[in-house]
Amino acid sequence: MNILSYEKSFLALGAVLLVCCLLALGYASFAMGIHLPGEEGLIDPETARETPPFDAPGLRQTGDGTYEAVILASAWKFEPNEIRVPTGSEVTLTATTVDVIHGLHVTGTRVNMMLIPGQIARVTYTFRQPGEHLILCHEYCGINHHTMFGKVIVE
Amino acid sequence: MSARPNTATVYDPSGYDVPESQKKPMRWAIYIGYAALIAGIFHGFAQALSYAKIDILEYFPGLRNYYQGLTAHGVANALIFTFSFSNGFLALMTARALSRKLNSALLWASLALLGLGNVLVIFAVVTGRASVLYTSYAPLQAHWTYYTGLVLVVLSTWAALLNMLMALSAWRKEHPGERVPLLAFISVCSYVMWFLASLPIAVLFLGFMIPWSTGLLAKTDPLLSRTLFWFTGHAIVYAWLLPAYVSWYALIPRQAGGKLASDSLTRLAFVLFLVLSIPTGLHHQYTDPGISTAMKTLHLLMTFGVFFPSLATAFTIIASLEIGGRARGGKGLLGWFTKLPWGDPSVTAQLLAMITFVFGGITGLINASFTMNQVIHNTTWIPGHFHMTVGSAVALTLVGVAYWLIPYLTGKELWGRRIGLWSSWLYTIGVLIFARGMASAGLEGMPRRIYRARATYDLPSWELGGILTGIGGTLMFVGLLLFFVVIAMTILVGRKGGGPEDIPFSETLHPPKTSGWEVSMDRLMLWVGVALVLIVIAYGPFFAGYLPAKLVSPGFNFF
Repeated sequence: MNILSYEKSFLALGAVLLVCCLLALGYASFAMGIHLPGEEGLIDPETARETPPFDAPGLRQTGDGTYEAVILASAWKFEPNEIRVPTGSEVTLTATTVDVIHGLHVTGTRVNMMLIPGQIARVTYTFRQPGEHLILCHEYCGINHHTMFGKVIVE
Repeated sequence: MSARPNTATVYDPSGYDVPESQKKPMRWAIYIGYAALIAGIFHGFAQALSYAKIDILEYFPGLRNYYQGLTAHGVANALIFTFSFSNGFLALMTARALSRKLNSALLWASLALLGLGNVLVIFAVVTGRASVLYTSYAPLQAHWTYYTGLVLVVLSTWAALLNMLMALSAWRKEHPGERVPLLAFISVCSYVMWFLASLPIAVLFLGFMIPWSTGLLAKTDPLLSRTLFWFTGHAIVYAWLLPAYVSWYALIPRQAGGKLASDSLTRLAFVLFLVLSIPTGLHHQYTDPGISTAMKTLHLLMTFGVFFPSLATAFTIIASLEIGGRARGGKGLLGWFTKLPWGDPSVTAQLLAMITFVFGGITGLINASFTMNQVIHNTTWIPGHFHMTVGSAVALTLVGVAYWLIPYLTGKELWGRRIGLWSSWLYTIGVLIFARGMASAGLEGMPRRIYRARATYDLPSWELGGILTGIGGTLMFVGLLLFFVVIAMTILVGRKGGGPEDIPFSETLHPPKTSGWEVSMDRLMLWVGVALVLIVIAYGPFFAGYLPAKLVSPGFNFF
């Protein structure tokens, strides 16, 4: 058995596999527009509650079928804890935290971001199907972490 | 040594017995490791049941706070177990491979640092002053004893590495022009990688966490803390994994009756881990604000790169096992597999660890793909994944190693071989059911790190996954309890004089090359240099654009 030539083929196959995975990722980010949260600005967590737009958390319409949901996280609640949008709305979620690190995941969607003190987090998502999603804090934030949630209702 | 080329992975295959006075501190470091494994699994069990909505914490004699238990589980099983074991095991492998005594004072110093670090961490966690989980994300603030204890544990690993490097350097002076024995090379390489990887967390703990938790620093920077944590934190998983790889490459082929397929590819795999493990950490922070997509993409590419040495490992190990299986009479395409020594608890545990790791590796590649990452980040998919890596590939390998290592270190015969076999099978079946449950519920958004039994929200689609998590976790718990019984009985009542005389080092098919590019693989400092260049490329732009630290957060004690 010629181990070395088998090994070369195996590793070449592995390299091809990895390149295919990378191409799929490239397609997803450029052709399908799937982006990660990035640099969206800084904020002082201790005065975030008084700093626009977080001085008025809630949903506001920004255009035809487009909305911005401003969400303030603190131990152990989201403000607002319920967001209602019409089916087909493109919603930009802008969020931050006033105390410890929290997470924000809207179940059944790719809305998934960390809320880190000092940083503004933002992601845009189109809710195409009517239904109900949970907004979950998915990073440990203290003794009542498992009670921190909200809802997105797509009508 | 004879002039005949040496195919053994150690310098002197005819035998070398590490002095009993040095086995003693190694043995105690390893005991601390296995004790930490057992200490951590009671809460692991409770957490798995909590995901099945069964709450047994109220029946615990103490530590009834879920997140205190989760901290204990993570710190004991992911940090203390792995590094305590490696401190003893890698030092022993180096000493045996080089046929050299280590420095006794350093061995004891390493053990003392480890012991003192443990005392501080246990104090902080047990008294409820450090329920911050093992990731220690600021601005949740633990007592200073927690951070200081972990620093001492890291220092104990540095002392162990220094000891190994001193032995290697002395050996090289005495053997100019000779290839470093393979077992010594891969053992030292593992901890050199970890040393480099541990520098960011040293900066984090010494520069921020300890001053901040003692009041010297009023506020800290949560994103910088997280980034420094994951700067170390992805490579740390390779620091856990590489000691298991040392066993898979240099020991298991012999235990399975075969030979290691390639000396060069083994060294190459470890060199690649040294070079590529560290500049990948941002893939843990895909969903973090404040870090540019370009930096995240760069780390994605590096992460795919570090998958490559694991692919090479898969090939080399399977080829080596096949050599063993065929030598034992296995025929045909797959007949060699059933001929492997499945009656040997040490081999069986590690074969099962390898099989489970296939799923661990594939799920890891999924995590590294940022599109999928947005679906599974911080869901139970993640613990599903890492219980098939550190929780199986590493834990089960270390369980398998114990079945010859404890007899070797104590001179006592292994007690209860059949129970040992049961232990590994139960654990493996358990972890596969557990991970299936966690992965599927995670795809439906079930968050990790929640006290589900008391959560105020739930989804019907999490039901089956939660139940499987509970069933699998129970089997894992029972499996490891059986392991503990076997080891405790071996130490207490094992037949004296029944332990192996030597470690089960393998031969390679061909001796290492003494000319050509392969020789330069032994130049560890060269590879450290390459690693540093890649680290600067991968992290330099982030820090250049981010610093100075944004000290915005006072400490919070929400636990």
